[in-house]
Amino acid sequence: MAMHHIGLKQINGSLVVLDGVENAGFDELVHIHLSNGEVRQGRIVQIDGKRVVVQVFEGTQGLSMENTSTHFTGKPLEIPLSLELLGRIFNGSGKPIDGLGEIFVEKYADINGLAINPVSRKYPRNYIRTGISSIDALTTLIRGQKLPIFSDSGLPHNKLAVQIATQAKISDKGDDSKFCIVFAAMGVKNDVADYFKDRFEKSGVLERVAMFVNLSNDPIIERILTPRCALTAAEYLAYEKNMHVLVILTDMTSYAEAVREFSSSKGEIPGRKGYPGYLYSDLAQLYERAGVIKSSEGSVTQIPILTMPNGDITNPVPDLTGYITEGQIVLSKDLFGQGIYPPVYVLPSLSRLMKDGIGKEYTREDHQPVANQLFACYARVQDARSLASVIGEEELSETDKAYLEFGKNFESYFLTQGDEEERSIEQTLNLGWDLLCLMPKEELNRIDSELLEENYDPSRAKRFKAKI
Amino acid sequence: MASEIFSINGPVIKVRKTKEFSMMEMVYVGKQKIIGEVISINADETTIQVYESTTGLKPGEPVYSTKTPLFATLGPGIISNIFDGIERPLRDMEKISGNFIGIGSDIPSLNENALYDVTIEARVGDRLEPGEVYATCPETSMITHRCMLSPLLKGGVVKTVKPDGKYRVNDVIVTIQDDDGKQSELTLAQNWPIRVARPVKKRLSISRPLLTGQRIIDTMFPIAKGGTAAIPGGFGTGKTMTQHALAKWSDADIIVYIGCGERGNEMTQVLEEFSELIDPRTGKALTDRTTLIANTSNMPVAAREASIYTGITLAEYYRDMGYHVAIMADSTSRWAEALREISGRLEEMPAEEGFPAYLPSRLSQFYERAGYMQTLSGKEGSVTIIGAVSPQGSDFSEPVTQNTKRFVRCFWALDKSLAYSRHYPAINWMDSYSEYDEDLKEFYDREVGEEFLKTKKKISALLAEEANLMEIVKLIGADVLPDDQKLIIEISKVIRVGFLQQNAFHKDDAYVTLEKQKKMMNVMLYFYDQAFDLISNGVPFSTIVDSGIFSKLSRIKYDIPNDDLGKFDSYYREIDMFIKNQQDD
Repeated sequence: MAMHHIGLKQINGSLVVLDGVENAGFDELVHIHLSNGEVRQGRIVQIDGKRVVVQVFEGTQGLSMENTSTHFTGKPLEIPLSLELLGRIFNGSGKPIDGLGEIFVEKYADINGLAINPVSRKYPRNYIRTGISSIDALTTLIRGQKLPIFSDSGLPHNKLAVQIATQAKISDKGDDSKFCIVFAAMGVKNDVADYFKDRFEKSGVLERVAMFVNLSNDPIIERILTPRCALTAAEYLAYEKNMHVLVILTDMTSYAEAVREFSSSKGEIPGRKGYPGYLYSDLAQLYERAGVIKSSEGSVTQIPILTMPNGDITNPVPDLTGYITEGQIVLSKDLFGQGIYPPVYVLPSLSRLMKDGIGKEYTREDHQPVANQLFACYARVQDARSLASVIGEEELSETDKAYLEFGKNFESYFLTQGDEEERSIEQTLNLGWDLLCLMPKEELNRIDSELLEENYDPSRAKRFKAKI
Repeated sequence: MASEIFSINGPVIKVRKTKEFSMMEMVYVGKQKIIGEVISINADETTIQVYESTTGLKPGEPVYSTKTPLFATLGPGIISNIFDGIERPLRDMEKISGNFIGIGSDIPSLNENALYDVTIEARVGDRLEPGEVYATCPETSMITHRCMLSPLLKGGVVKTVKPDGKYRVNDVIVTIQDDDGKQSELTLAQNWPIRVARPVKKRLSISRPLLTGQRIIDTMFPIAKGGTAAIPGGFGTGKTMTQHALAKWSDADIIVYIGCGERGNEMTQVLEEFSELIDPRTGKALTDRTTLIANTSNMPVAAREASIYTGITLAEYYRDMGYHVAIMADSTSRWAEALREISGRLEEMPAEEGFPAYLPSRLSQFYERAGYMQTLSGKEGSVTIIGAVSPQGSDFSEPVTQNTKRFVRCFWALDKSLAYSRHYPAINWMDSYSEYDEDLKEFYDREVGEEFLKTKKKISALLAEEANLMEIVKLIGADVLPDDQKLIIEISKVIRVGFLQQNAFHKDDAYVTLEKQKKMMNVMLYFYDQAFDLISNGVPFSTIVDSGIFSKLSRIKYDIPNDDLGKFDSYYREIDMFIKNQQDD
């Protein structure tokens, strides 16, 4: 039933209060008509009898107690969907902003989505090749996984995200017609959004990208809707059109700040660092929309990017994200300072689903042991370095010296890679073996004796030694 | 007439001016009949938390009273099944609402059409007391289900019984008349309010370990059947991996795995993996002894709060049949956060970090439902609780970890730096503890000999000594240490890598018997003792390293298969040979 209400009772931040409303549903979409002809959208966030609290997406500037007429639509916020989404650019609430007009609508879907039934999920098993050694070998991205990039201001996370998006391959046969990208920008700077658009265009992937853009000067409430619109589009493409969808969400920290701002304007009790107590559930509702389901060929893979305030991994946003996502890729300021790109700090980085998506059937049989050994060796490198900084390199034992050398070469050959350089999984793993051959054999205790016997050959490491 | 909804705020609903409801009563909310629970009542308002999304709900919609508290349905069909937080079967929900969980799916918990091969144990004229068995039926290949008189009923005399045969869950098979003359019809199933502990005859003292096949747990920090343990650790330290390993390999009869506010893919992994894995003790599929409760992080938060209670109620029910049940709760922090979230919506005064003041009492109520019990019918059964804790910011001083620590007796602290170097299980041997050593001493002495505990103490001592030495090494390097201390560092490395670290994906290392654990420790310490003597006699440490025995010892876990423990002899021979050569030189 369409109802119009004239005037408002109260305006507070992005919230407006209406009184005397009947038959309004929780979470319902409302249209607020201003006297100057402008129409804004809002959502019901609380109902107390006939008193209704509405959150206005575009902000409340210019609203007064009397100049509005509010229309209740009787349904939650829905966005139009069809295959035409690809190649288009939308604002944070799903309206086209590229000047090409509305899209042809196949169906409408509620942006809140529904939880996937755990028994309907298929356990993600196949990997996405990014062509980046540190990711493919050590934190393999699996189809249907959610693997965030933890970064900091000033680090090249956008460059890395673009490299992943443009190089990502789902099959070695070169058939990527079923592969597409949904890109959601939340509170990013104008030039960052342009950078992404530009790079997608140059590498020729733009026609399989759907972009949802909320810039840093756009209303914050719209920012809360942006990832929901993007994920609704991704679910449609994956589960109804059987596509493999890679969703890039940047920047989740801005998103969380928008949630915090909204929560405090509602007068809710704050939890850690002012974030509301339900931030975990709220983030989970986004991240858990990644996955593979039984009835469809497609998959939703997420790469959320978040900048850790002050580089602090224990900040609530990266902390809660890490508890929900299936691993994380951590970028390091130190490595970047040494000129290493991509500056992936592999020790705290992890891909939880990796163990089942690699190996004989997917990548190569020796992938897991090589990855374990590289991790273990690089962990020891840190000990050797801190020791060297105290007693000097000269005083180190032979083993520790070998670790130092391994560390240096690992960083400059394995981690370092050009921003358009694509390595196959064979190249990456062979490079890993070459580096391991720098170490004395007895230090390689994470590898089966048999496998080690087969591959260990100190001459493989000669090329590194020659260059130092 | 039903009461009407007045206000809606997320999962919290308020109803005005009614005296119809009682505390903790289960209600149906709205036209879609969403399940809810009454959580507070005052003169003006009744507050209800609902277990599903409230999108589209309107004020004025009806709220129906059920006059019963939120309960779990207990009967055959629980094992091998997967439920959400309020015991709705997820497989049946999939049939009704597809891949995504719809709203208002009120589905019976147990399959009402399945037929069970029932043997009636009660005879007409028998007296049946609460907790006594009146019928049995095979539930899975491993588990015999025993139907017991519900403790909610009074004992009485059996009036009628059906013959043995095939019956459905809700078929009446026995009727009894209690002393007040009240007749009750008994089916295969019964209901129990999830927030109330099921009664037992008495609590017995703890005496048997829950063997897990994990060396660092069985040997260093054992847990008892009926005991409680916490696994705290930041993200990426392997809480879930450890829980999975315990669910797979521990020697409980039944596993209740609660995925409380965790990842959907993890639950799928458990489902897939467990149906393929074989229980090493019985040779049957692991799913035949496992029940799953999956309330993933994106499912309604109120149902997450209930999932812990649903899980423990199922566990207690099987304990009453005389089984040893282990609960894996992953993760209790998510449950605590659900409490915080609902408390916030109720505008309660927060205590530490926004958690409600009743957090410690709720945690203790949960952990106290564990125990080794004598059941009402005189059998022995136990519930062991292993709860994962996800500390915010990996900081163990936060309220959930600190309060949990007060109520558990086993603390397996997961360590980030171990996880970074891929040392799994990443249980830190310096921060972890188990208070069950004394209780289990008799068992260990009997099963693996009195030497076992002494050997273990020696191992702990070596590791502690190593930790001290490493402080020095960090400052001045290992080269300047005297040879005997170098030996401690080297043998500790063998213990760490070769013993404490365990590969969950290696066929011989995923599960290790207590016997092999003992033999591994013994041979490592034997070499240490022999090498120590050599060093005292002036043999340089480098000679001992060059023998290659250290690195051979580190690989015992892979090189000696579980079914060929005789191979240990060759290690002793090699050590003796080496020692002899040195003495001869």
